[in-house]
Amino acid sequence: MVSWSKNNGTSCSIILTTTLLKNYNMSDHHHKETFITKYVFSTDHKMISKQYLVTGIFMGIIGVFMSMLFRLQIAWPEHSFSIIEAFLGRHQDGGVMSPDIYLAIVTIHGTIMVFFVLTAGLSGTFSNLLIPLQIGARDMASGFLNMVSYWLFFLSSVIMVISLFVEAGPASAGWTIYPPLSALPQAIPGSGMGMTLWLVSMAIFIASSLLGALNYIVTVLNLRTVGMKMTRLPLTIWAFFITAIIGVVSFPVLLSAALLLIFDRSFGTSFYLSDIFIQGEVLHYQGGSPVLFEHLFWFLGHPEVYIVILPAMGIVSEIIACNSRKPIFGYRAMIGSIIAIAFLSTIVWGHHMFVSGMNPFLGSVFTFTTLLIAIPSAVKAFNWITTLWKGNLQMNPAMLFSIGFVSTFISGGLTGLVLGDSALDINVHDTYFVVAHFHLVMGVSAIYGMFAGVYHWFPKMFGRMMNKVLGYWHFWITVIAAYGVFFPMHFIGLAGLPRRYYSNTAFPLFDDVADVNIVITMFAILGGAAQIIFLANFFISIYKGKKAGQNPWKSNTLEWTTPIEHIHGNWPGEIPTVHRWAYDYSKPGHEEDFVCQTTPLKEGEEES
Amino acid sequence: MTALFYVLLAIVIGIAIWQVTSILNLKSAIATEKDNNTQGILFALFGVFFYGLMIFSFWKYSVILLPDSASLEGEQYDTLYLITMLLILVVQAITQFLLFYFAFKYRGINGRKALFYADSHKLETIWTVVPAIVLAGLVLYGLTVWNDVMDSSDAENPLIIEVYAKQFQWEARYAGNDNELGLANVRNIKGINTMGVDMTDKNALDDVPTRELHLPKGRKVIFKFRSQDVLHSAYMPHFRAQMNCVPGMVTEFSFTPSMTTEEMRANEKTINKVEGINKIRAEKGEDPYVFDYLLLCNKICGASHYNMQMKIIVEEKAQFNTWLAGQKTMAQVVQ
Repeated sequence: MVSWSKNNGTSCSIILTTTLLKNYNMSDHHHKETFITKYVFSTDHKMISKQYLVTGIFMGIIGVFMSMLFRLQIAWPEHSFSIIEAFLGRHQDGGVMSPDIYLAIVTIHGTIMVFFVLTAGLSGTFSNLLIPLQIGARDMASGFLNMVSYWLFFLSSVIMVISLFVEAGPASAGWTIYPPLSALPQAIPGSGMGMTLWLVSMAIFIASSLLGALNYIVTVLNLRTVGMKMTRLPLTIWAFFITAIIGVVSFPVLLSAALLLIFDRSFGTSFYLSDIFIQGEVLHYQGGSPVLFEHLFWFLGHPEVYIVILPAMGIVSEIIACNSRKPIFGYRAMIGSIIAIAFLSTIVWGHHMFVSGMNPFLGSVFTFTTLLIAIPSAVKAFNWITTLWKGNLQMNPAMLFSIGFVSTFISGGLTGLVLGDSALDINVHDTYFVVAHFHLVMGVSAIYGMFAGVYHWFPKMFGRMMNKVLGYWHFWITVIAAYGVFFPMHFIGLAGLPRRYYSNTAFPLFDDVADVNIVITMFAILGGAAQIIFLANFFISIYKGKKAGQNPWKSNTLEWTTPIEHIHGNWPGEIPTVHRWAYDYSKPGHEEDFVCQTTPLKEGEEES
Repeated sequence: MTALFYVLLAIVIGIAIWQVTSILNLKSAIATEKDNNTQGILFALFGVFFYGLMIFSFWKYSVILLPDSASLEGEQYDTLYLITMLLILVVQAITQFLLFYFAFKYRGINGRKALFYADSHKLETIWTVVPAIVLAGLVLYGLTVWNDVMDSSDAENPLIIEVYAKQFQWEARYAGNDNELGLANVRNIKGINTMGVDMTDKNALDDVPTRELHLPKGRKVIFKFRSQDVLHSAYMPHFRAQMNCVPGMVTEFSFTPSMTTEEMRANEKTINKVEGINKIRAEKGEDPYVFDYLLLCNKICGASHYNMQMKIIVEEKAQFNTWLAGQKTMAQVVQ
């Protein structure tokens, strides 16, 4: 039954006898697995990670498709598109979408991409897959909570998708759902049932995220195998670990923000609302402040972007080191910068609120903390580049996406110097400059990290390889399209064009950005279409991909010492013992250009 | 049904792509030396494309950017912006070059061993300390500008104007002869008193409600922002000015207009921009556009968020005073 005969003769392979496996099966597997326990209500972290990934991909298809639709509207307002007619039903008129549904799909695009794809899809997938495998654990600390976490995520996804079909349309107050707009159905139709479902979905999502995060933290702290000191952990695990901590610190605040909003909406309280006159009448609300909501929202909202980007950073660090055949440069500095970024990320939220009416002095404080984040970020960027230097780069699709990540992270990160500076933020706040900035630095970058992770660990997840050639095509079209979309976008922001405008035709002032918008939309469609290549590659490779070897990328980390065929408990027999850090690539004194973490130090060999 | 057709079409395309390449893909699924070579060269080419895209964008799109600042405070903004942007471009140019060059230069060759180079305290100290120093400078400079822009306490005889936002319209109220705005609350909204001014407050009587913003050149203007329903944001890009309008509170922003509308129309950058716009408009058969300052809404506020604007006219003080004197006061309007 052990189908991992091909082990490349690497130093990472463990000699395994079927007897051992049988013993293991006998001790731990006395119950027979049914379809339900294996594929649906599974408590196995490897299956749960696949569930997260596939759910994330489906949500991603919806999210990206929505961006295609609203890009059509932005580039060619008033033009009739049969695809809009086909998908938007009563929210369109003759192939032109209504202003309300435009705002709705912008809102849901943001929500889905940030939370469902880049938080759950990215962190959920790879934390679940890699934490036990890379630290040498049989499974998560609590397999049951892990399962509950996934199913809560699934439930929240279902509710979010259902909200798309509500009569008045889904939530449409922007993904930041600032009240009063999000609290008053009189102000926008999407703030009725659509918003209620949005809040319910997010509340469940938060519960899911917390269960997941607590599990990750406990697992990393308690279940590391013998010899796996914290300073020997791969950077992936450090990133997931710190991400989980930020999640635990900040997600509950979003829950309280959402709860107070639910109170205001449904029970007539006035946490966020005051002095409102709408549709000819004064509402009873008195004494609340939308600024309070903004504080609570961004107390999560900002750490959230690091919850999105840190796992991608960890994945990229691992893949760059492995494919450069070089140790990651400055391992300890990388850990230090992850921790510094995580800490700073919780005290910078006010930079989203420089012009919210918040006291300007507070703005000064947030400018200071925000620009500090540039330091650990710069360290990381320089360390990645130095890792490439004098490497022997193996250009696998995962490596391409990792290099792409470093590029977009720098391009997007640098404009943060403009937006994080309270003075400069004044004139670009809420313009397309912001849209360009965050899409590059956290949207595109995190997606690249996710793609890199999928290409790299696909053999571990499914025992097969993804098609390399399709991977190359996917990468090159995607990078060209992504820069084609988001580089010119800075300029229309600098031209003063506000985001979330249904059409710019009311302003002759913006007539000259129309051409740029057309260029952007064309690149967007190209980039969106390129994802079909990925989807085909992903889904078909699960069944038809080439069989994977034991350790296809010649990597040092523990996950490649497990059998190709998934078994409960990950390792048949003993859990491996760790003797060194994860980055002994091309170490002098070793024949191969990689030394698995399970290889004991040679006599006289110094640990790096 | 058409929707289903599109979905099926995408699936068919996906399968077709797979089929085509699976014929070509008989070899390994792992990068070979040949792949390393091709992809390394592609990275070099992509580097060229990327630099090309950046240069093209700056060359082609600089004409659509906002013209010179029309406020004194905005001039400081523009200088700070220029310095920050130069710094960004230098760092961008260097790091992206290194990234793509290394990807090209060190593309894998079978049998070559990478350099085992795990750490250098010297290098890491350099790229921690240098950014820290540069950022310290940037923070200090930025905060000086921020404090200057946001602090209006020492303004002499400023003009006080309330800017009032609602779905989907702007209104304004000048403080009148006493230069003090009368109290207001949405609970006072009635008929023509659309801003909810408290007519029992004697400061309110000489306030001047308008639907157009006139500003005097060279006099500091302090804006007090209110909103009656949802969040809006008063965005005056030509003056480098923006502040949210928050229901339940009054927010503030101030600047000193430095160019009249006429002067801005005669500004070289404005002329170039307007020329470009009018070329496009002529092609579409639309009337030519004449430049005007605008106040836009820049916070999502509902269906017509995209069309919530108010014209701003900056004129010489004398002209402005004449205009203001010709407007009806609250007392005249309401009674």
